Amino acid sequence: MKNITNDVWVFIEQRNGHAADVSYELLSKGRKLADSMNGTLKAVIIGSNVKHLATQVFGYGTDEALLIDNPALKDYLTVPYARVLDKMIKEYTPRIVLFGATIIGRDLAPRVASSTKSGLTADCTDLQISDVTYLKQNYEKLLLQIRPAFGGNIIATIITPDNPTQMATVREGVMEMAPIAYPHDVKITEIPYIPDPMDELVKIIEQHMEGSKVNLKNAPIIVAGGYGLGTKENFNQVIELAKVIGADVAGSRAAVDAGFVTPDRQVGQTGVTVRPKLYIAVGISGAIQHRAGMQESNKIIAINNDPDAPIFDVAHYGIVGDAMDVIPVFIEVFKNKLK
Amino acid sequence: MYNSIVLVKQVPDTSNISGKVMKDDGTVNRALLPAIFNHEDKSALELALQIKERFGGKVTVVTMGPLRASDILRESLFMGADEAYLISDRKFAGADTLATSYVLSEAIKKIGNFDFVFAGRQAIDGDTAQVGPQTAEKLNMPQITYAEEIIDIKENKVTVKHKIDGGHEILEAQLPVLITVLKDAVEPRPFSAKRVMAYKNASSLVELEKLAEGNSLLYVDKLVDEYTSRNLFIPTITTDEMTVDLERIGIKGSPTKVYKVESVVLGGGNHVNIEPTKAGIGSLIDQLMIDHIFG
Repeated sequence: MKNITNDVWVFIEQRNGHAADVSYELLSKGRKLADSMNGTLKAVIIGSNVKHLATQVFGYGTDEALLIDNPALKDYLTVPYARVLDKMIKEYTPRIVLFGATIIGRDLAPRVASSTKSGLTADCTDLQISDVTYLKQNYEKLLLQIRPAFGGNIIATIITPDNPTQMATVREGVMEMAPIAYPHDVKITEIPYIPDPMDELVKIIEQHMEGSKVNLKNAPIIVAGGYGLGTKENFNQVIELAKVIGADVAGSRAAVDAGFVTPDRQVGQTGVTVRPKLYIAVGISGAIQHRAGMQESNKIIAINNDPDAPIFDVAHYGIVGDAMDVIPVFIEVFKNKLK
Repeated sequence: MYNSIVLVKQVPDTSNISGKVMKDDGTVNRALLPAIFNHEDKSALELALQIKERFGGKVTVVTMGPLRASDILRESLFMGADEAYLISDRKFAGADTLATSYVLSEAIKKIGNFDFVFAGRQAIDGDTAQVGPQTAEKLNMPQITYAEEIIDIKENKVTVKHKIDGGHEILEAQLPVLITVLKDAVEPRPFSAKRVMAYKNASSLVELEKLAEGNSLLYVDKLVDEYTSRNLFIPTITTDEMTVDLERIGIKGSPTKVYKVESVVLGGGNHVNIEPTKAGIGSLIDQLMIDHIFG
């Protein structure tokens, strides 16, 4: 095996010079991982005119920024970005490389893992450093890559025991963004971009951003409905409750599949991950696929007629009853108390 | 004329998992789940068939999996694929996405003669979305993931609409290119009754061996010849039919290992039980006001 470093790298995903929230979330987690293996945290910034990002990352615990700044890298394209990363990883052999499990992260990470022959685990919901005994061999300070698997019915812990570099993509919103009080002095290492004809094979013709009206990630209160509601008409009660208490509406995957609510409002492993002040789950059984997206909420109220529904495991308050009976009572009492 | 190779996968139907299929150790007993054609791969096949209809060419379907995966190859033939290959070998077992993409890329090189490689964005048993990009890298080809629409093909260039975070992009790519397809991109066509009649007996070597049960090996050879001449033979590619580095396949070629698997613990939580009455819900709302969540 090549000489092993203790470097933790985070790919900083940016569009038009704005870094994605998930990149700061990953830096915050990466700081903890680096600390538990006495390593350094490095932010990898690829783009054009993105030097300002290289200073911003220090607010989240970065020790060093690796900057590849070139007009040819202005917009994300798979091949040039993957080539740049591939070359850097082969040269510096980081121990861990983290990407957001965004569309860009899920496009880029596997390409880079393939060319560097690294292990890659998709859509992690937790990362830890631990000594591991695997097949009677002892490994020090491996990255435990924890993710739901099999449609969210099991939680798997994946390791990459024998490769110098361990890679993972991590779900947005799962790790907490933690600005630090005393940032490291800014230290930027600029790395040149060397063009290659392969970079020209794909070109962007047009780009459309649909200003998403739905922003569940920042909603302080969410009322979510599940398949247990039975009909779209019943789901309207959930929407009514949300309106009355000033909440955003969300749904489980089953509710989205049933057409009760639009896909951009899906909370869970294959939807959005949220951590609001209050999450009210109505008629949601609480499959891990859903819980993975909401269990970090500050307070959770579960309303379900099945007292054994797993949603009650993560709830702070449980109301056993038919949603169609409970919601009107909730609305009435709320209106009386807060008029 | 544009030729496509479509990568498809047979997956356990994870959408309806009940306690019954969970083993005591918390793993899933795959044998008890129905095996289905991964939906996004069907959408990928549909896009390839539409290219064939618009511009001419051939559609070849490839799956890597156990022997029973020939089911989805027959289904691909029912939809309109021209030929199908089963990549199957015990030595491939336990492969993670890196080892899988290595085998697929070698099989694609062996089949050759293609302008497009299509695949579903991801398979529902792992949801990783990694095999597509990793295969493209190994073929030294560009990739477009999360495709929503093939807009046009002209002068060896394809324009594709694909999803990006918060919107979409139109990309132009030089062929050959690997494209991964979203489920909502296109509705896969139903099986054509005519094609079901024509291909329902399409068989792989192992299936013909079963058919010839008890008869001599010569009889198997005869069957293979006969099925091949009727375009009903599904070739199987094993490690004997292609040159692969044995260090890079199966468990050996897989850098990621499953260290631990836990089933999701069900039952009894530590929550405050609220009565579904005005008084009960009233006290809950009071508490949330004290916590500054309401009001």
